[in-house]
Amino acid sequence: MLDAPLAPELQAEAGRPSRETSSRLKIIDGDVHPAPRSIADIKAFLPQRWREHLEIYGSRRKLGMTYEPYPKSAPRACRRDAWPDTGGNPGSDLDLIRSQYLDAYGIEYGILGPLGLSGHSELNQEFSAALTSAINDWQKEYFAKPEPRLKAAIVVPTESTQAAVAEIERCANDPVYAQAFMLTRTSEPLGNQRYWPIYAAAERHGLPIGLHVFGSGGHAYSGTGWPSYYVEEGAGHATSCQATVSSLVIEGVFERFSRLKVVLIEGGFGWLPALAWRLDKLFERMRSEVPHLKKRPSEYIREHIWVTTQPMEEPQDRKHLFDIMEWIGWDRLLFASDYPHWDFDDPFRAFPAGLSQERYRQILAGNGLAVYRLA
Amino acid sequence: MSANGPYQGAIDCDIHPRVPTPQTLARYMDDHWRDTVEVRGIEAWDSISYPPNAPLTSRPDWRKADADAEPAKLTEATLDRFGFAHALCNSLFAVQFFRDENLAAAFARALNDWLAAEWLDKDPRLRGSVVLPIQSVERSVDEIERRAADRRFVQVLLLAMGEQPLGKSMYWPIYAAAERHGFTVGIHAGSSYHHALTSSGWPSYYLEDYAAQALGFQAQLASLICEGVFVKYPKLKVVLIESGVTWLPPSLWRLSKFWRGVRLEVPWLDRSPEQFARDHIRLTIQPFDAPPSPAQIGRIMDQLQSDEMLLFATDFPHWQFADDAMLPAGLSPALTRKILIDNPLAAYPRLGRP
Repeated sequence: MLDAPLAPELQAEAGRPSRETSSRLKIIDGDVHPAPRSIADIKAFLPQRWREHLEIYGSRRKLGMTYEPYPKSAPRACRRDAWPDTGGNPGSDLDLIRSQYLDAYGIEYGILGPLGLSGHSELNQEFSAALTSAINDWQKEYFAKPEPRLKAAIVVPTESTQAAVAEIERCANDPVYAQAFMLTRTSEPLGNQRYWPIYAAAERHGLPIGLHVFGSGGHAYSGTGWPSYYVEEGAGHATSCQATVSSLVIEGVFERFSRLKVVLIEGGFGWLPALAWRLDKLFERMRSEVPHLKKRPSEYIREHIWVTTQPMEEPQDRKHLFDIMEWIGWDRLLFASDYPHWDFDDPFRAFPAGLSQERYRQILAGNGLAVYRLA
Repeated sequence: MSANGPYQGAIDCDIHPRVPTPQTLARYMDDHWRDTVEVRGIEAWDSISYPPNAPLTSRPDWRKADADAEPAKLTEATLDRFGFAHALCNSLFAVQFFRDENLAAAFARALNDWLAAEWLDKDPRLRGSVVLPIQSVERSVDEIERRAADRRFVQVLLLAMGEQPLGKSMYWPIYAAAERHGFTVGIHAGSSYHHALTSSGWPSYYLEDYAAQALGFQAQLASLICEGVFVKYPKLKVVLIESGVTWLPPSLWRLSKFWRGVRLEVPWLDRSPEQFARDHIRLTIQPFDAPPSPAQIGRIMDQLQSDEMLLFATDFPHWQFADDAMLPAGLSPALTRKILIDNPLAAYPRLGRP
């Protein structure tokens, strides 16, 4: 939730699963952000050559700055109550993660998605490969091994396809990893054939591709340049998701990789039906440009795309949200909390009243079981 | 079909006369710029936005009839046939591409003169948009002032993607001038391509390019609202032209949610983005990225939470609909009447006072 708690009349409404009944509802959370206590945690997993590189030259991305260009609404974009008393960053203290989040909500699995210094899009491609490897080892040692409810992500050095495939191959046989993980703002639209070996590797190992918003591919954050405000950037992630889905579908990724699963993370989901209709209509007009597509774009979307729920769109009339969920398909929505970030969605309060228990269970856990590699 | 047909008296808010060549526009330039076009060999200045032979660019029957080539053919194909009261001409010559603002201003001026002389003068039902040389705000304001006395120009025209998001205060003198003269601000699908089309770069296919236009509109909508354009210019109406429409409700929900969470960043906003949109944003109805069933269209109309936002348009000669199905299925007669006539009249104050 971005905002104050729901109005009392909504909270009191029948049919809303309460936190007290939570023990009966399993939850799989598609968006949890681990953090190091300090950078030393990550450096310990880097070879000396790259540890020195990081110390001397730092992280360099296609942003021109080491932090994000839009100041967040809270330090490190985190909940104020998520800072450990013992020091270190939110998301770094396993005891606090357990007490404040895993135990408190009865999380069965939390799927990790490392952000910040994660190596996705380092300009130096060899460093990108080394850093993503370090991040993947660090997730495993600090989180996924000691706490089996947390599943690691194979962070992929996206812009170096060869290294990306090598990293997937290095990690894929280890069951602590539940997904391959990339960001939505890349150097080329993700349907571009240069990225296809990544999809081949993920498909081969039954790993879904998690595409989290953010990233810095060297382009303005909109086709009309850089917006001024974090409000715009935050809302605008939905446009990056639309561009990414369009590219994956139209370039034929799903025609080529028929078992590939893609999860869009933290971009909301309201945009998906209108995008599918738009692409279908254009496909009808200009099939001759894309003869490699054998189905309508909406069919590829329906078969290959999942969306996480947070931050959930909040129309004034909740029936409008249910319209959208219906049109996307109840089996394609995955709950996500975004813990420990400031816009955390509480699994028991983020959804508007009126969802049937069956659909609620599907979104909270059933769909996640079908998507993630949770063996 | 004309007399008492279902579209009798409608106002078509988006039609496209065929894009003129630089040589045609040179005839409307002074000696210096006419020489420039010739000496520097500006033979073609074509955007990739509408490839001339792409199916979307011209409906087959209109393509066959050359219907966008001259006013008589255009009016025969649309206004006469359906009984439209007015049609609003939006010129898509790629003025916005020039890196040189002097060239841009010369071409914009010539383009607007050309539209007046070769189209608006030929049929009293035609209305025009003033294409702005957006590369220079000062020259854009000059162009607005130059056209203000000609009441046939009812709108100033910008593209969905340019150098900077359109809400930025550098552009506000344009909105001040537009509001002062009662011009509506139209933002049409298209890009100057001065940035990559998406935040992940350039898509491979034209299909994706056209699909991505809706993303430009989403960015512009957020920018205009968040920067406070409508707080500063409370009478301003902005029409999103050829945007696809159905992306709008979810986009506003998301923007409004972020505003609620981070509104300290934009404290000048005294209403939610959804409310600003209902008060100030209008959308032309072709193309309408329609769901498969009329029942779903009904739900989308309900999601809009307003019966005043949609404006009739054919997007002639672009191929957006089959046969004469210019409106989404299942609209009530009352809403249809508003979309065809009342909403356009309300959106374009200059339209009612020729």
